[in-house]
Amino acid sequence: MRTNTATVVRAEGVHKSFGRTEVLKGIDLSVSAGEVMCLVGPSGSGKSTFLRCINRLERIDAGRLYVRDQLIGYEERDGRVHELDDAAVARQRRGIGMVFQRFNLFPHMTALQNVMEAPVQVRKESRAEAEERARSLLARVGLADRAHSYPSQLSGGQQQRVAIARALAMRPELMLFDEPTSALDPELVGEVLDVMRGLADDGMTMIVVTHEMGFAREVGDSLVFMDGGVVVESGTPADVLGSPRHGRTRSFLGKVR
Amino acid sequence: MSESTLRTTGVTKTAAVSREIEAVPVRRPGRWAASAVMAFLLVFLLQGWAANPRMQWATVGDHLFAPVVLEGLGTTLWLTAASMAIGILGGVVLAVLRMSDNPLLTRLSWLYIWVFRGTPLLVQLLFWYFLAAVVPHVGLGVPWGPTFVEFDTNRLVTQTSAALLGLGLHEAAYMAEIVRSGITSVDDGQSEASHALGMTRRQTLRRIVLPQALRIIIPPTGNQVISMLKTTSLVSVIAVPELLTSIQAIYSRNFQQIPLLTVACAWYLLAVSVLSVGQYYLERRYGRGSSRDLPPTPLQRVRGSLATRRPAPLEDR
Ligand SMILES: Nc1ncnc2c1ncn2[C@@H]1O[C@H](COP(=O)(O)OP(=O)(O)O)[C@@H](O)[C@H]1O
Ligand SMILES: [Mg+2]
Repeated sequence: MRTNTATVVRAEGVHKSFGRTEVLKGIDLSVSAGEVMCLVGPSGSGKSTFLRCINRLERIDAGRLYVRDQLIGYEERDGRVHELDDAAVARQRRGIGMVFQRFNLFPHMTALQNVMEAPVQVRKESRAEAEERARSLLARVGLADRAHSYPSQLSGGQQQRVAIARALAMRPELMLFDEPTSALDPELVGEVLDVMRGLADDGMTMIVVTHEMGFAREVGDSLVFMDGGVVVESGTPADVLGSPRHGRTRSFLGKVR
Repeated sequence: MSESTLRTTGVTKTAAVSREIEAVPVRRPGRWAASAVMAFLLVFLLQGWAANPRMQWATVGDHLFAPVVLEGLGTTLWLTAASMAIGILGGVVLAVLRMSDNPLLTRLSWLYIWVFRGTPLLVQLLFWYFLAAVVPHVGLGVPWGPTFVEFDTNRLVTQTSAALLGLGLHEAAYMAEIVRSGITSVDDGQSEASHALGMTRRQTLRRIVLPQALRIIIPPTGNQVISMLKTTSLVSVIAVPELLTSIQAIYSRNFQQIPLLTVACAWYLLAVSVLSVGQYYLERRYGRGSSRDLPPTPLQRVRGSLATRRPAPLEDR
């Protein structure tokens, strides 16, 4: 077990409801620095919702969510919890990169502009500095020659790689991936997984929602199986995938393989 | 292309060659007949109008570039620009308020739109013009307390400012709906991606959402500008010296109503046509990134049609 300071994400009894339906029914887990955690589970089990709670795209109803010992969305002062304002939440999100299933690149900007946008607007980097770094990030995801293409001129796999570069431009210490390859044609999945594998090798802390069991087994340090808003079981990918203890895990794994 | 080339060049060139099919087009006799009838009617009417001695074409010519008319046209143009500026700014503010989390602001915005869209513009113009009758003084100071400066409403709300208020505030209500539909048309994933990068709500609106909403907002706004240009003629009721007012002033002296109204129509038509061309180019610019190929400009189209007269070499594509 690593020490507390090396814990990047800590969730304690996280609950979340949409109206009457409770989507997260008490999630407890923790992610250490450099860990790649794969989150798997059937559709509708609350994986995306949990990921979105970590960077406050959704607000939680009960429990605590910490990133680097900072309570997300709230501040503990004089024994009470105060909700953070827009600017403070935005500050917390700077260190957390997110990659979406549908890429969500800004269509009115070129690949380069997409990557430069947040460093210039949020980190107040100079244009020259931001551009230099954006170019090196695009090179890192293998798209140095597509810097001036608009998203509509790129394939799905290329768009997702730009999206990863865009998130990395904020120098995050945690990356969240929400089914990054689910919207891709099968032949384009590999190029995105390769980039993610490279990130993992460089020691990035990552939470990856995925149906790619090969990736989970090969790159993941831990695997969490969620169903119906709870963590059903977790462990090393080899253990959970090799000898699942729960019937729900077994039946799910039977379907995706 | 002859059949022999098709056979000799084989499969690879078939696609290229088949684009140049020279088929005999389907005959459409009905279409020809209708066109002929329409053309005849048009010529007949135009000839009657043009040759009518009472049309006084000389009067039209005399007044087309008369200084008063040109000044009136100038007023019409800047009134259009200024009212639209007020309308667009007001519309953005109203739309943002309407979509805010604050229920009070949402309701205020709704109330504004309800009032300003629910009453005729002509009535609103007269309302602003005669405002001085109910509120003779406007002052700056502490409510129910001392007043620091005071203005005579009659002097503050001149004909021109009544026109600007009337046209601009009314336009803001319509622009608010246009801006709102533009903002809601932008996929939620865009704001989410922007927020996830650490951009604040304001940055997200300014850098990500509004630029994309513009594509949806610009075409109807272009129509609003064109419509505003024509609507400014309404302010002739409060005697703002714009194009129609100037024209009316002339024909009230020489009683040449139709020739002078023809002058007005000529200028309105010209201005609207120029604006339509501008709108076309704006739409093109803001369509950027949304499609792989931009539509050709009218200029490119002319060049293109000249080019296609000459048979293009096959390797060209
Ligand atoms: N914004 C929302 N409003 C209402 N219900 C939602 C919303 N987002 C997700 N849900 C519901 O929450 C449940 C979990 O969704 P999600 O977290 O997307 O699951 P997963 O990513 O595991 O497929 C689903 O039943 C979904 O319909
Ligand atoms: Mg999901």
